[in-house]
Amino acid sequence: MDNLNLLIQAPILNVQLLLDGLWIGAIFALAAFGMALVWGVMNIINVAQGEFVMLGGFITLMVMEAGLSPLLGIPAAAIVLFVLGWLLYRVIIWRIVDADMFISLLATFGISIMMQQLMNEIFGSDVRTAESGLGMFYLFDNMVTVSQIKVLAFVLAFAIGLALWLFLKRSRLGQAIRATSQNPRAARILGIDTDRVYAATYAINAALCGAAGALVVMAYSIHPYVGLPYTVRSFMIVIMAGLGNLGGVIAAGLGLGAAEQFAGFLLGAEYQLAFVFLLLVVVLVWRQMVLARRRQYLK
Amino acid sequence: MNRRLANVIAILALGVIGILGPWLFPAHLSQFSKLWLFIVLALTWDLLGGQTGYNSFGNVVFFGIGMYAAAVTQVGLYYPVAAYTAAKGGGTEFVFDVAQFYTGLAVGLPVGGIMAALAAAALGMVILGMRGHYFAIATLGLAIAAGELAAGWEYIGAGSGMVTPTPPDTIDTTLLFYYLSFALAAVTFGFLAWLYSTRFGLAINAIRDDEDKAEAMGHHTTRNKVITWTISAFFLGIAGGIFGNLSKFIDPIDVAFNGAEVGVWMILMAILGGKGTLWGPVIGAAVFYVTKELFWTYLLGWQRVALGALIVIIVVFFPQGIVGWLKERWPERFGPSKEEMEAADAKGGA
Repeated sequence: MDNLNLLIQAPILNVQLLLDGLWIGAIFALAAFGMALVWGVMNIINVAQGEFVMLGGFITLMVMEAGLSPLLGIPAAAIVLFVLGWLLYRVIIWRIVDADMFISLLATFGISIMMQQLMNEIFGSDVRTAESGLGMFYLFDNMVTVSQIKVLAFVLAFAIGLALWLFLKRSRLGQAIRATSQNPRAARILGIDTDRVYAATYAINAALCGAAGALVVMAYSIHPYVGLPYTVRSFMIVIMAGLGNLGGVIAAGLGLGAAEQFAGFLLGAEYQLAFVFLLLVVVLVWRQMVLARRRQYLK
Repeated sequence: MNRRLANVIAILALGVIGILGPWLFPAHLSQFSKLWLFIVLALTWDLLGGQTGYNSFGNVVFFGIGMYAAAVTQVGLYYPVAAYTAAKGGGTEFVFDVAQFYTGLAVGLPVGGIMAALAAAALGMVILGMRGHYFAIATLGLAIAAGELAAGWEYIGAGSGMVTPTPPDTIDTTLLFYYLSFALAAVTFGFLAWLYSTRFGLAINAIRDDEDKAEAMGHHTTRNKVITWTISAFFLGIAGGIFGNLSKFIDPIDVAFNGAEVGVWMILMAILGGKGTLWGPVIGAAVFYVTKELFWTYLLGWQRVALGALIVIIVVFFPQGIVGWLKERWPERFGPSKEEMEAADAKGGA
């Protein structure tokens, strides 16, 4: 805990950690938004969420290797992942929409380990990053450094999230998705093709994760086994925020990002992942206690 | 065909194959030791996953705890553990003679089982109150966190792992661990067969079928779940202890707490064979083990892709498993027998 003293003696470090946490937290929130969408509409917990993020990152790397700006990777990743999500739905996911949730957990887990090793074979297991060529901001007499690409990723994450939110509120398909999430049977009776809605939902989620992955690879780094922590973070955020609570998702995402930065600093970077996974258990236990106190039906 | 007779014949046949193993397949003895251990993994997973309806991604935690606890005990009886792990087991001063090795095993394996059981009881009290998939995800987190924590703990060798005690040359360890694995599989199978025939077996089945009703009928469901998990962790811990000695080297993430491989295999074996049946995990483990060895031999580098595809195919197209399919296909031969149904009725009414 030597680092704790450091934090107290140099309070400016707190600002640095907090800001770093907020930047990455926005990306967590973006992936969590997609997970909440799929969970709410299709009743599926998509364990392959983090792998979509990872794939988006690799597609951005490919765009960059083709000599284009990595920023073009965002739409490219979103489009490719949209198609992939649609295909996955048509081949596998539609069979498990109505199944027991454990079946969908395991099936998407199978998809996730397939993607991990596929990417490992194609791109190798190196940690990679897309150099954006942007510089740094220096605040508080150079005490706090902020890399511009992280700020850009933060802003873009919000922009993408806002666009999706507007799409869900305003567009015809968005309304159909929300109707299906409220009551699939009634939606079917009213003439909504719920199968198509499910396919669109899953594909939109994949596209969202792809865009998040493009941001991750520009501002941070990516490797084939980076997925599971992103899945777990999304899951945690959704549990903390609840389904269909966008403000909660953003708050929980930013909070998680900051908490992770502080934990990584205090406990050492090698325990940061352990912290994420233990925090997951803590969050679940906390949820259990809240439910028990309210005497709510435990489901 | 008398069904009870068929059961007895099947058990006897397996027993004979198991005992005569060293003469039947001398070249593949260590593979068969692993197969017996895999049967234990599948059986213990099915105890909570199939019979109680609580699917755990994290049973591998107890496997790893048992592995480390056994190895630490085996070493700790005679040498300071920290010095042993610091020397990576390679120091020449760490020699185990015959008596020391056997004593270490005799003490270490039960300690492994007990430590795993204690961990299960403690964890279970905290997280077994959760329902269904929340429990599943919590255990997924536990499995990975355990690996990360073990990889950071210097006492047990941290990320560079721990070497299990090197046996003296005079001991034929392949044979020893073969019979230990076989005995463990036999005991586990026998114990579970007995457990499923008791009222406790019915009580945990009731949790699977309708937990709220079971609770309303006065069952202590959470307590029963914790007991179930503790039992399964005990056998898993011993299996972990044997597996650690069999592999001679314990890596925190690739051997002990390998949630993405061993942790998933046990689920897959149980589902492939048939969840919630006594014979399902045994058959599933055998079929899966052969498939897995083929994947790992012929598809090296792509084995996880193949495994992932296998998971998807099994859970999407074949969720009832081999035994479940047999029961559907030939209910008169594999479905519940008349005596069993009557016995269940009598017990349920008592």
